[in-house]
Amino acid sequence: MVEDLVCRRGGRAVFGPLSFRLAGGRALWVRGPNGAGKSSLLRLLAGLGRAESGAVRLDGGARPTRLGETGWQEQVAFAGHLDAVKPALGVAENLALWQGLSGASDGEVAAVLERFGLARIARRPAAECSAGQRRRLSLARLLLAHRPVWLLDEPTVSLDQDATALMADLVREHCAAGGLAVLTSHTDLGLPEAETLALSAAATPEPATTARPSADPFLEGRW
Amino acid sequence: MVTGKEPGSEPSSESGLQAPRQPGTVAALRAIAARDLALALKLGGGGAVGLAFFVLAVVLIPLGVGREPATLARIAGGVVWVAALLAALLSLDRLFQADHEDGTLEQLMLAPLPLEQVVLAKAVAHWLVTGAPMVLAGPLLGLMLQLPVGALSALGLALLAGTPALSLVGAIGAALTAGIRRGGLLLSVLVLPLYIPTLVFGARTVENALLDLPWAPPLALTAGLSLFAAALAPFAAATALRITAR
Repeated sequence: MVEDLVCRRGGRAVFGPLSFRLAGGRALWVRGPNGAGKSSLLRLLAGLGRAESGAVRLDGGARPTRLGETGWQEQVAFAGHLDAVKPALGVAENLALWQGLSGASDGEVAAVLERFGLARIARRPAAECSAGQRRRLSLARLLLAHRPVWLLDEPTVSLDQDATALMADLVREHCAAGGLAVLTSHTDLGLPEAETLALSAAATPEPATTARPSADPFLEGRW
Repeated sequence: MVTGKEPGSEPSSESGLQAPRQPGTVAALRAIAARDLALALKLGGGGAVGLAFFVLAVVLIPLGVGREPATLARIAGGVVWVAALLAALLSLDRLFQADHEDGTLEQLMLAPLPLEQVVLAKAVAHWLVTGAPMVLAGPLLGLMLQLPVGALSALGLALLAGTPALSLVGAIGAALTAGIRRGGLLLSVLVLPLYIPTLVFGARTVENALLDLPWAPPLALTAGLSLFAAALAPFAAATALRITAR
């Protein structure tokens, strides 16, 4: 079974037009200097941004869908720069919401906490956790969500060596089960089998014709 | 290559993707509301601060206008309602802003339920924290303002019928200002005019009860405003949040 992910995006100053295709069970390492649009690409793939043009398709799998359709958000899991961790709540309490949203069982949550080395501090308020522990908690969501497409924006920031290796293992397992992963990282994750996509900041000078004077969705009449 | 499965994952065929799970909508909504309630209880004692503001604002009135019972009873309905509007407004600015800042909003947008339902769940949690205590405290404050016992039930019912609209309409304003760092003032300016119908009919309910006029019609209109807000606000707020997230 082959998963096609084709992304074309033209006209916008950040990057593109960009096309690539990722087969099922493969990981894609998006590389590039700061400002090259790596995060923009991932947010766009997650459906959080909006493409100027172009299309993203997910073929095959349980439910073929394309970006912009209602089913898309149920196919992707996104881990961005923000941890989405509430400092006032405990580690396990933080996961409770995502457990409710994913329908995961208590045993599954316990297994995920164990896997990320968080079981020992499950009751500690997230405010007292280190940045790396919060990052692990944030990444633990990926295993609860059970989405075929993982979009990881700098997943290893503030993780120690063991956790970085764990992350690489998880991506490998995810891919082995037929999933897709698109990730950005400035450090080598230890995924030699991952395909790479290089984004460069200088390659696409801002096209003057398509620079929009107004980005107001109301004025564009398509909000 | 490691070929182990994720812990607890369902067995999936060799070449197939794991199917995303479909939790019950009710369970998902409950999880969102429960989280907001837990956060409200841990941060600043939940609705206690809002309730204290509500009580204080009402208590200040007799100090300002004197303790003439007829005067106090005449203005009681309006005073309690204005205090309720302001108290509801106070807690609104963090409704979506906190989630926007820490990335929770992004994750909720990818949740397997429509953003409209997320908004509704959060508005319900907001009402439970701020609206429900005011419904309970309102009649007591009415008693303090020399409102006759017969009108107290009208005040309580009017608050019960009208405060949901405060949380729901407020959610629209909160969604519009979620991305603005100091959006509290702007939120007030946006939302207070939208509260006017609820204020008018809510206060009218109490006044009619005081004057022995039928108070069921304004009460029904107050409840109708809440239902209208429940139907419209989730869509408006979700649209605003999608624009904010971009």
